[in-house]
Amino acid sequence: MTLEFILFIIFGLIAAVSAILMITRANPVISALFLILNFASLAGLYLLLNAQFIAVVQVIVYAGAIMVLFLFVIMLLKPEKEKLFAMHPRVKTFAVLFAVLIFIQLVYIVLLSHSSFTSNPALSESVRAGTIEQIGRELYTNYVLPFEAAGFLLLAATIGALVLAKKKFD
Amino acid sequence: MIIPMEYYLILSAFLFIVGISGVLIRRNAIIVFMSVELMLNSANLTLVAFSSYMGNSIGQLFVFFVMTVAAAEAAVGLAIIIAMFRNKMTMNIDEINILKW
Repeated sequence: MTLEFILFIIFGLIAAVSAILMITRANPVISALFLILNFASLAGLYLLLNAQFIAVVQVIVYAGAIMVLFLFVIMLLKPEKEKLFAMHPRVKTFAVLFAVLIFIQLVYIVLLSHSSFTSNPALSESVRAGTIEQIGRELYTNYVLPFEAAGFLLLAATIGALVLAKKKFD
Repeated sequence: MIIPMEYYLILSAFLFIVGISGVLIRRNAIIVFMSVELMLNSANLTLVAFSSYMGNSIGQLFVFFVMTVAAAEAAVGLAIIIAMFRNKMTMNIDEINILKW
């Protein structure tokens, strides 16, 4: 019962419980706050996996920028509280059953592949893979084309969001 | 005791199906978007777990790109919701059905 295992249990439980609470709240602001909690616990899990850069980027980009954008939109549009049982209950049970079926399939694939036996992590290699020097070296030498394409994608998204959300000219 | 990789993958699969059921059972467009972000985060967790357990940093590089795409998609999707709300005053995806037959 090492500290790593205890931290994994804590972060994993917080992530799972906050995800379930996120999809079942009627108030969208409370759902957004639970999703922020989920992202923070995922950042803790990334730190357990020696992914320092991704953990920090997760907090800055996801919990700090995307969720703030969501909260701004919720604040500006002021959605009314949704009636949680407006759908036919049989549709909801079918959807949950479908999701559980996919979960069983995924767990079966994961347990069938015995991935613990085929990959033995050397701790120094695992730590080195998460440092920003290693990620930066790969990003700027082997994968510079997707990097530039991501820049184009962000430009297109910015222009698209501006055009869609601005008021019309009179 | 080192944590077996299956634990991370099963947690990621659980977050993924919570995202799927969120998309299927909720009618508010913003909650649907947040469930899609949850699914993207579960894929990120899978990639980081594989990258850590193989000592290769390419998985985390891919997480970098997934986060970029998720941010761009969230911005454009929320702009679409704002434009739709300006026309129909609703955020219920059942009532946004002018493209239906």
